[in-house]
Amino acid sequence: MLRARQLENKLSSLYKAGKIVGGVYLGRGQEAVSASLGAALVQGKDIFAALIRDQAGRTAFGEPLIDCTRTYLGSVLGPMKGRDGNIHRGRPLDGMPAMISHLGAQVSVVAGMLFARRMKGELPGVVGATCVGDGATSTGAFHEGVNLAAMEKLPLVIVVANNQFAYSTSTDRQFACHDLVDRARGYGIPGYSVDGTDFLACTTVIGEAVQRARNGGGPQMIVAKLLRLSGHGEHDDGSYVPDTLKAGPYGRDCIEVAMRQMTEGRYATVDELAAWQDETADEVQRAVAQAQQEPIPDPYTAEWNALSTQFFKPE
Amino acid sequence: MERPFHPILQTRVSVTYIDAIREAQAKLLREDERVFLYGQDIATFGGAFKATKGLAEEFPGRVHDAPISEDAMIGLAVGAAIEGMRPIIEMQFADFSSIAFNQIVNQAATHFYRTGVPVPLTVRLPSGGTPGSGPFHSQSMESIYAHYPGLIVLTPATVSDAYHMLIDGVAMQDPVIYCEHKFLYRWLKAKSISDDHLPIGQARIVRPGKHATVVAYSAMVHEAVRAAERLHEDGWEIEVVDLRSVKPLDMDTVLASVARTGRLLAVGEAFPWGGVTAEVVARTASEGFHLLDAPPMRLNARDTPVPYHPKLWAAHRPTPESICEAIRQLLSF
Repeated sequence: MLRARQLENKLSSLYKAGKIVGGVYLGRGQEAVSASLGAALVQGKDIFAALIRDQAGRTAFGEPLIDCTRTYLGSVLGPMKGRDGNIHRGRPLDGMPAMISHLGAQVSVVAGMLFARRMKGELPGVVGATCVGDGATSTGAFHEGVNLAAMEKLPLVIVVANNQFAYSTSTDRQFACHDLVDRARGYGIPGYSVDGTDFLACTTVIGEAVQRARNGGGPQMIVAKLLRLSGHGEHDDGSYVPDTLKAGPYGRDCIEVAMRQMTEGRYATVDELAAWQDETADEVQRAVAQAQQEPIPDPYTAEWNALSTQFFKPE
Repeated sequence: MERPFHPILQTRVSVTYIDAIREAQAKLLREDERVFLYGQDIATFGGAFKATKGLAEEFPGRVHDAPISEDAMIGLAVGAAIEGMRPIIEMQFADFSSIAFNQIVNQAATHFYRTGVPVPLTVRLPSGGTPGSGPFHSQSMESIYAHYPGLIVLTPATVSDAYHMLIDGVAMQDPVIYCEHKFLYRWLKAKSISDDHLPIGQARIVRPGKHATVVAYSAMVHEAVRAAERLHEDGWEIEVVDLRSVKPLDMDTVLASVARTGRLLAVGEAFPWGGVTAEVVARTASEGFHLLDAPPMRLNARDTPVPYHPKLWAAHRPTPESICEAIRQLLSF
């Protein structure tokens, strides 16, 4: 969480300094939810389809920081080689599919990866997970994907971060149901609610859901309530978010909550937390500096080929 | 050289286009454990057109009924392909692939370019019109998908191509849109599957000629050949080129033919705005202008939804009569 927050603060600065072309999308306020999911998964075994606000989950799952800085800064050494940017990155063969912008579309992709794992005899034991926001729950793709996963009884964990806004649209213009978690019942899968600002509650609820999926309990849905503590992207100041929400229970910063929980529960001392912050800030600086030194794509030598097939007679 | 291609079919007097599609899938399932089938009503029921009849029984756990969720079906195929499988997705009708459009063009088609990881999946699209099918069970989608980078679009016109191109398509590392024409399913028969086949990406000259070239694909190849036969009675020798795949598009064969005849008519069953025929004409005009003795022509379906009534439907798509008329116009220039 700390590492992700440090990295995202740096990305924001780079964007404002004009060093990043294209959008910068932050997960501020969602770190507890995202990191809890990433930490409950096992890299090299499980599947994690991160979405737009999952820097913390990506880091917890094991994605190196350099994948992030290389993608944002367009290094050809990054996983996307400058062909795609920012949060549209992944390493599909390492269990990290790369998201497309069309929301809800990753649900069925993870389902397909799990379906294949089952055909290969690797289930039970593997979990696939993806995150969406409140806005994505309105899409047909989300519905089709969750319904298919439920019908196929796949070990899919769906974390819905209800952060109160889809870009600028508030939840009262997004859905009419009392609580998004009620939708789980309609799919015939268990649904759980959690306060997304409460770090310990997130690790417990999400961790248990991952375990149930791993043990053959089928798809699990978790709806975490929280508030997005940034604009949709760094181009957006989020001025439409009312002060009452910011001052309300979901407006608190999950990182501050987590630090308090760590010290109160004697998991870590204040000095240790401060040392972690310094350490992660250094890691972020190094990841940015390295990516900034690396080559960017050259349109004259780039391979302009969308197919891997080499035809007998090329187009 | 011809031979019966599968023991089941040795007892049959002929092989239909849909038999070939079924047998190709049986062979793929038999020989490649990564292959599985996913689609609506394809397991016990054997598919709306029986293209998977008996396969669920013969290959347990490899042929799956899908919910009515075309978007999720393709999403599942992309995920499975990432994991090294070779999914074949049956869209019940090509028309319904519009629901899966996002997953096809944004997820599957961009995947290799973005991540370097190819997604070898095949989408079977029962395409084209049949009498009485109406606006939502008759569409030809090949032009739409060919427009997008990252897809291979196949349009087999013969029984042998239906068989070999499905097998070759599934073997490819990229997403393949396999457009199988419903009108050909049972109408088109062959004595057996031909042993020799052309690679994907190569067009075939179906009928040699010298006065004009007609470029067609899928069911329109047969309509073009009928038109050429009629004109033969009047002494015209019309060359018919079957594109076989619309992407890649074999312009070498098209231009070589136009070099011989000096005249081009491109015929397609899809809607007239843009599309495969427009691409063929544009490239011929651009790359082979000096070969042309007459303005290149196109003939497509009409610019309306595909109508229900057989009388309207038959006049909506190109017919041997309308193709003959277009060729006569081309020859009179």
